[in-house]
Amino acid sequence: MSPGITRRRLLRTALRGSLGGAAVTVGLPFLDIFLNSNGDALAATGAPLPRRFGTWFFGCGMNPPRWNPTKEGRDFDLPPELQPIAKVREHLSVLSGFSVILAGETNQVHRTGVIGTLCGGAPTTTTDNIGPTFDILISDAMGSTTRFRSLEMAATGVAKDSFSRRSESAVNPSETTPLSLYTRIFGPGFTDPNASEFTPDPKMLVRRSALSIVSDDRRNLEAKLGQSDRARLDEYFTALRQLEHQFDLQLSEPPPLEACSIPDRPNETPVSQDVAHVVANHELMTKVLALALACDQTRVFNMLFSDGASRLHSPGSSDNHHTLTHEEARDPELGYQPEATRFVMHGMEAWATFVQILASVPEGDGTLLDHCLVMAHSETSDANSHSVTGLPIMIAGRAGGRVRPGVHVRGAGDSTARVGLTLQQVMGLNISSWGSKANETSRSISEILA
Amino acid sequence: MLHSFWPVRIVAITALLGLGCGSSSPPEAMGGPVAMRRLTAAQYRQAIVDAFGPEIEIVGRFEPDNRREGLIAVGSAFVAVTPSGFEQYEAMGNYIAKQVVSEVHRDRLVPCQPRSRTEPDAACTEAFLQRIGPGLLRRPLVDGDVQTRVTAAAAATELMGDFYAGLELAVTSLLIAPDFLFRVEVAEAGPGFADGLRLTDISLASRLSYLLWNAGPDAALLEVAARSGLSDPDSLGREVDRLLASSRLEDGVRAFFEDVFRFDEFEDIGKDPIRYPAYSAQVALDAREQTLRVVVDHLIARKAAYRDLFTTRRSFMTRALGPVYVVPVRAEEGWEALDFATDHPRAGLLSHASFNMLNAHSGRSSPTLRGVFLRGALLCQKVPPAPADVDFSLFNEDDNPKYKTARDRLAVHSSNATCRNCHKLTDPIGLGLEVFDGIGRHRSTENGAPIDTSGDLDGRAFADSVDLGRAFRDSPLIGACLVENVYRYAVGRDPVKSERRQLRYLEGRFEDSGQRLHALLRDVAMSDGFRTATRPRRDPAVEEPAPRVAALPAEKEAT
Repeated sequence: MSPGITRRRLLRTALRGSLGGAAVTVGLPFLDIFLNSNGDALAATGAPLPRRFGTWFFGCGMNPPRWNPTKEGRDFDLPPELQPIAKVREHLSVLSGFSVILAGETNQVHRTGVIGTLCGGAPTTTTDNIGPTFDILISDAMGSTTRFRSLEMAATGVAKDSFSRRSESAVNPSETTPLSLYTRIFGPGFTDPNASEFTPDPKMLVRRSALSIVSDDRRNLEAKLGQSDRARLDEYFTALRQLEHQFDLQLSEPPPLEACSIPDRPNETPVSQDVAHVVANHELMTKVLALALACDQTRVFNMLFSDGASRLHSPGSSDNHHTLTHEEARDPELGYQPEATRFVMHGMEAWATFVQILASVPEGDGTLLDHCLVMAHSETSDANSHSVTGLPIMIAGRAGGRVRPGVHVRGAGDSTARVGLTLQQVMGLNISSWGSKANETSRSISEILA
Repeated sequence: MLHSFWPVRIVAITALLGLGCGSSSPPEAMGGPVAMRRLTAAQYRQAIVDAFGPEIEIVGRFEPDNRREGLIAVGSAFVAVTPSGFEQYEAMGNYIAKQVVSEVHRDRLVPCQPRSRTEPDAACTEAFLQRIGPGLLRRPLVDGDVQTRVTAAAAATELMGDFYAGLELAVTSLLIAPDFLFRVEVAEAGPGFADGLRLTDISLASRLSYLLWNAGPDAALLEVAARSGLSDPDSLGREVDRLLASSRLEDGVRAFFEDVFRFDEFEDIGKDPIRYPAYSAQVALDAREQTLRVVVDHLIARKAAYRDLFTTRRSFMTRALGPVYVVPVRAEEGWEALDFATDHPRAGLLSHASFNMLNAHSGRSSPTLRGVFLRGALLCQKVPPAPADVDFSLFNEDDNPKYKTARDRLAVHSSNATCRNCHKLTDPIGLGLEVFDGIGRHRSTENGAPIDTSGDLDGRAFADSVDLGRAFRDSPLIGACLVENVYRYAVGRDPVKSERRQLRYLEGRFEDSGQRLHALLRDVAMSDGFRTATRPRRDPAVEEPAPRVAALPAEKEAT
């Protein structure tokens, strides 16, 4: 008898016997769900490979005449600022001309564009309680299947650089370094699905019962709170349940995953808004993320390359990307701001790298990217005027065969909510319309579907 | 857009009128709704030190705070906990719990020996819980708190064959409890509060100790609260005076000014290493600390007038700051006092490297960012955000040879009517600090052209940066704004209507005290609004009026 089995017996005995009172009520569902009568963890289910959803954000947009393809359909052209994606064009579609419809609302600079795209409506005030972003809707619909509900990452190294939110009061903070991302996923608590032997750690059971003590106290606390504080307490308990679920997964043997391998531990890297650091950290984080997805640690992610009002910066310059978009003179011959545009190119190159990395992981009959759906987006088109008209959007991956990449669709001023609606539908949400007020739509973008 | 500045003028006028009102009796006021406030990182750390001592290591990342209406103290009543944030809290809590019950610390922290090292011991578990629980939850424990934990600890002990594994579970469960991670304020009906509610003594104890110490109530305060002692003004006054006299007041005052000065933003600060070779992470740390030291020395140790912070020449220096201030520093390590000479360009808070590096870009200074900060944080004036559709091409780039100084470049803004209304509020005072570059190093020229730092603060002309400090010192807004900020920080929200009159009264008292912080903190803690409440707030979207600023069309002109 292996030590693993002995321990498992011990665990089960403990669950049945002595974790009495409050704790046992949380122990039992775990027993029912995850272990069969032989005490083995459930074997691989043979279910189809999971579909994943992600967003990829870059700040301060692009120069519309140099970015928007002129030809629609499958043989679209790649204008100068889309040249970096030439090597991955087979994997993605370009959506141009989709806008956040203001309909009288103030364009809140560097906020309206991104909130509008992710929440399906233009915010009305600067403190509008806006949310959820649609990545949350997708992860809710998926349910708690993976260890992490979602993963947020910022190549800028700033935890606050994140748009993913259940509400204004629950903005998911970003992981800020490749190492912290690696440690969170592949550090303590990671169970290798392909390990020959599984040994659950009884300490996890103890930690899990600490969570149930807190759950038991919920009603007493709720009675003291007003309505909005109760909503915040709900958010707290949503978070707590996710961790309970995470512990349950750590206590049960995971099904083997062919595509899963553990990445090398990244070294400590310099973190700053220096564009060279951001590009390097973005690539390292993407490599960790790709294997986190292949190991089914999460099915939803949000990667931020540069923040809205991007503070990316080149050494020696008095300006950053954002200030350049407003203050650099347009080169009269070129017709655009050359320094600011360099940052656009960095962004597009990083996006191409991101797509390439996901496409480099074999999974099933194809690649990891084939089972992903990723939306790249920005908060402006022309950053100089903070325009939210014709926002740059790209869709990568095949979502397990539901999406056919390689097309340019022109939105002709339609709301970006059409994009959000379509992607939610692709990810399996049973909705026929989405968005609020002038941005509400029931028209999905059929051109990108398989 | 000038609409948004009406309140400012009203503040100014009433601040002046308030000068004579100090001796009158305080106006009646009813506080706003109570709320649930998430602990900040500093508050969490202090709670661990208070419960277990400074030896316990805290490892992990806190969820970012959310600043609302200029204060994290206000935002803390809006933030919740995300899944990744909770994951961190649990991991941090578990790591702390492991250390607490470890062989190194258990003799100090666990008040009893279990009957057996391998078996449950309910009495010892309960004694341990009674020792650490009230401090962590900031209230006496109730039966439910103890019983569930004793039962679960016993189960864990049996599973692991270790008594201390049970205690570890109990500690972890306290450190992830919502009533530890959040300060839950509760109000109740009480005598003399016919129309509204008063904070329970237990809630008031936390409000008081967080205001004055940035920490939960100590055992003595909790004891007074547990026997309803804080309902009695005399006994409340004694506790307020005890807390004010404690050395821990420094923690509270630092936390308040870090919030008002937005010093949390130091965590994400970055400067261009080529343009600013004198800059380093240590310089940023020391610049932040320098300002806090000056504030604490001035307001607490010397009990000097708040307004004089804007002209004081007293400062503290480290080796790392030497190259930024271009002064010799004798001390190889630590801090040394330094008084700038009366003809030196450094005088007052506004000349500190901290403000000037924080309110600047990574590669250059920014009169506009500085102006927005000074108006907002120190004068309590709201500057509207830039309108979206400005034609920025008028405003030329930094290295256009035609425009040598920031003043030249910003002059373009004032030729544009849309820009002018806001920039005339921010730029003149920001330009007064242009002799301090993007990390706060002094300079007298930019691109070879002399820097002109003269300007005008709401009608009061100033000749240079030192004189700008004097203009701040003399402004009637400076004291009124501090009162407003202390009050909002204390109650964690904007004042409600019925508190406005009380604020005017507090402003008058503050001026009468010669702008002494101790007096202000005592008055705030004893005020009606601080101790009373209306029902808990409902959905903020329903009850909060939309801010005027965002809704105003950009093109509205005013003379």
